[in-house]
Amino acid sequence: MKLVHVFAGICCLLPLGCQSSSRDDRAEIVFWAMGREGEEVAKLMPEFERRNPDITVRVQMIPWQAAHEKLLTSYAGNSLPDMGQLGNTWVPEFQLLNAVENLAPYIEESNTVHPEDFFPGIWDTYVIDSAVCGIPWYVDTRLLFYRKDLLAKAGYADPPTSWEEWFDVSAKLSGQNPERYGMFIPTNNEFQPPIIMGVQKNSSLLKENNTRGDFSGNEFRAALTDFHRFFSNGWAPVKTTQIANVYQPFAEGYFAMYITGPWNINEFQRRLPRELQDKWMTAPLPGPEGKTGVSLAGGSGLVMFRNSRHKEKVWKVIEYLSETDVQLQFYHIATDMPSRVDAWRDSSLANNKYARAFFEQLNHVVATPKIPEWEQIAQKVREYAELVSMDRLTVEEATSALDRDVDQMLEKRRWMIYGK
Amino acid sequence: MGNRSHIRAALFFLAPALIAIGVFFFIPVIAAFVLSFTDFDIYSLANLEYARFTGFKNYTRIFDDPLFWKALKNTLYFLLIGGPLSVAVSLCAALLLNSRLIRFKTFFRLAYFTPVVTTLVAIAVVWRFVYHPRFGLLNYMLSWFGVSPVDWLGDPNWAMPAIILMAVWKNFGYNMIIFIAGLQNIPKELYEAASIDGASWWQQFRSITIPMLAPTTLFISIITMIGYFQLFAEPYVMTQGGPLNSTLSIVYYMYQMGFRWWNMGYSAALAFVLFALILIGSLIQSRIQKKTKIA
Amino acid sequence: MKAMTRIFLYLALVIIAGVTLAPLLWMLSASFMPRGEASVFPPPLIPVTFTLEHYIDLFTRGNLARYLFNSAFLSVCVTIISLVINSMAGYAFAKYRFPGRDSVFKLLVSSMIIPAQVTMLPLFLMLNKMGFINTYMGVIIPGMAGIFGIFLIRQFAASIPDSLIEAARIDGAGDFKIYWSIILPLCKPILITLGIFTFMGTWNDFLWPLIVMTDDSMYTLPVALANLSLEHVQDTELMMAGSVMTVAPVLILFAAVQKYYISGIMAGSVKE
Repeated sequence: MKLVHVFAGICCLLPLGCQSSSRDDRAEIVFWAMGREGEEVAKLMPEFERRNPDITVRVQMIPWQAAHEKLLTSYAGNSLPDMGQLGNTWVPEFQLLNAVENLAPYIEESNTVHPEDFFPGIWDTYVIDSAVCGIPWYVDTRLLFYRKDLLAKAGYADPPTSWEEWFDVSAKLSGQNPERYGMFIPTNNEFQPPIIMGVQKNSSLLKENNTRGDFSGNEFRAALTDFHRFFSNGWAPVKTTQIANVYQPFAEGYFAMYITGPWNINEFQRRLPRELQDKWMTAPLPGPEGKTGVSLAGGSGLVMFRNSRHKEKVWKVIEYLSETDVQLQFYHIATDMPSRVDAWRDSSLANNKYARAFFEQLNHVVATPKIPEWEQIAQKVREYAELVSMDRLTVEEATSALDRDVDQMLEKRRWMIYGK
Repeated sequence: MGNRSHIRAALFFLAPALIAIGVFFFIPVIAAFVLSFTDFDIYSLANLEYARFTGFKNYTRIFDDPLFWKALKNTLYFLLIGGPLSVAVSLCAALLLNSRLIRFKTFFRLAYFTPVVTTLVAIAVVWRFVYHPRFGLLNYMLSWFGVSPVDWLGDPNWAMPAIILMAVWKNFGYNMIIFIAGLQNIPKELYEAASIDGASWWQQFRSITIPMLAPTTLFISIITMIGYFQLFAEPYVMTQGGPLNSTLSIVYYMYQMGFRWWNMGYSAALAFVLFALILIGSLIQSRIQKKTKIA
Repeated sequence: MKAMTRIFLYLALVIIAGVTLAPLLWMLSASFMPRGEASVFPPPLIPVTFTLEHYIDLFTRGNLARYLFNSAFLSVCVTIISLVINSMAGYAFAKYRFPGRDSVFKLLVSSMIIPAQVTMLPLFLMLNKMGFINTYMGVIIPGMAGIFGIFLIRQFAASIPDSLIEAARIDGAGDFKIYWSIILPLCKPILITLGIFTFMGTWNDFLWPLIVMTDDSMYTLPVALANLSLEHVQDTELMMAGSVMTVAPVLILFAAVQKYYISGIMAGSVKE
């Protein structure tokens, strides 16, 4: 075979190489969704496509762990999809990059989507510099999941409502023979517990217009000290990596309380043995003073990426997913809590004993600093909290080091706001 | 045969390769070098105005960065324990296979080489499960000897040894082949003469095999070292750098900084520090070998 | 005495073989176990119930055929292209005299010490400007030429007798004809070896395709497998099946050509 033929053959294949996903005659919307949501939302698409025959939606599922870097790499490579699911703490980054479209004009014209329809604390996390960067899709916050029976045995017919009670019941439920704990705090992969405790103690986490860390401030230090007590007093296990699967130990009573999110309502119902189903419950977080403590406003929203060539059609998909009925459908298949308030009036949620605590908590949520560096900062907080939990650093050392690292991360931001 | 057309022909043959290497290797290397003197990051990605020339700031920052030193420590741990271990295992396997007393050499050689050609990601996935504290093969086999289960990938003290073990398992076949070639190049007369003189196997090994293998050993040590400095896929798939950053390697840290947090200037600086380390390591190795040879 | 030594040697060999092959055999075995069967203590060695469900799952829901195609297509393309380009350069370095030849060659060889990771970010940005991110070209382009390949071929081609080339020139053959009809056929052994190296290297490559391919339809097998493993941490048997599918093609290829591959490593190393 002549060399020329080989080259010619390869050149014919090159156009294949230049094409990435698909070409479309009718509009194909590419929608990136993460984790569980990615798997489930595809099921809602056939109905949408039935109502809009000129649009097909291709859902691509991305694991949460790789999602952040994937999104940024795609941004850099100009290959972002038409629309995507973004965790609300990521929205500031993409707004800064000018990657997401301001949806305010679409909202004005819409019959389905109005700001008043959503939880205010949640809606707020998507508004940056008065641009509406995303529409809340599902909400997430963290609250207490606990073993009713174990708490009752310790003298708590009702869940703790203040930190004092929280510490007390944790102490009562922890012991050596057999080894058991009041709380489970996964320091190896969750940043929420120390941050939540920090904001409950009124720490602002960052200061000076979000350009410096405030973790050495008294509020956060106090919170982290209490956080540390769980481990130093044996109220929570220190070696968290051994508990890869939380359901087993919870069922066995290895620990009695766990701060986690709404997806676990379904998981607990699915994975815990039948005898246990009436023995666990959810409750809003205890606050330091005895009222409901605040939690973090989490969840994901739907964003429209600026490079999309089918913006009107993308908006249709977003509207569809924001309809009350569809939000309820999604709740049923993915058990992610709807962001629309009126969806909660539906009996499936209103009468859901587990969901009630969430509704309560959703009225006490705060946003974390809306800056691009937040993700990296949150990971650092987790790292240092873990070190504190293992007594490798004291609270003073950890918070000072944390501030030092965070200040370094924010140096660019400081320069951009003050320096230029 | 005009000299002109001779050179023209040479250029024709060289052009594709040199252009490809020049454009897609050397230019990025130079670009990375320049990038390492800036603070190019996600803000700069949005707007080029937000990139500053920062001189040696990235490099000094690396010096002050405790996470870098952790990554360096981990990488050196991997290298200094895993490297010699890998070379020793390869040498043993090569000696075994080189013995005149055994048959079925091809089968064993193939078996030992199999891990080398397998995809690292696939292997990491399998070994992640082999290391499972409760259901993994390793703890199961250890339990036969009465050893209580170890949380290989979850314990900061055991995570790196676990990765070392896997890396040695994967690579020893490759170096083994090179050792075999080296062993076969040793003239048999030397051994025969030594036997006649009454030397034991161990004495022959020390005075003939080891010195004659010295160039091969040096070669293997250097390429193993270069490869091990670039530890990345194992921590990425198995431990994500944890637990407690005990498996954070330099390349992993570089990847995190560059592609996760988009501190691209800093990441580029890390890359060049890695390059410098590899260079220094190679020089040290050659120097040591030369010294022991003379001694 | 000799018998004792022999027994000892065989014992050592078998134990090492056991340790070497055990994880792979277990991987194969677990891939045929139904969901959850592998997650028990003590770990099962042989599937109680033999099932193909995970393989089926991978091909239907998991889109494995696409990833297989991507890996195969890229490996073949890179191999063919790089063999042509590297052999041309290797031949030129071996058989042509031109000013600076040795210095350029030395420069290339010494730059092999630069770790590839140094280039990744700028290369990413460069290919992005050219529009090659998330395309096959994005993987093919960096693999088109390799210094190691040029080195191997140059060493081999240097041993081809000059007289052959002289004779062909006297007969009136042009430079390209000499390369194509004389040099290449003579280089067959090293080309096969290099081809296998390149094919396997491209197939197993992980970090670069991870960076360049953003759309899941473009993933290669290792990237898809890593994705799968991050998402389905609990589904051991499924991941084992994925690993088997990633490893099997290369293993089969290796078994077929192991003679060349291994002799290639020996040849490339003893030079030092």
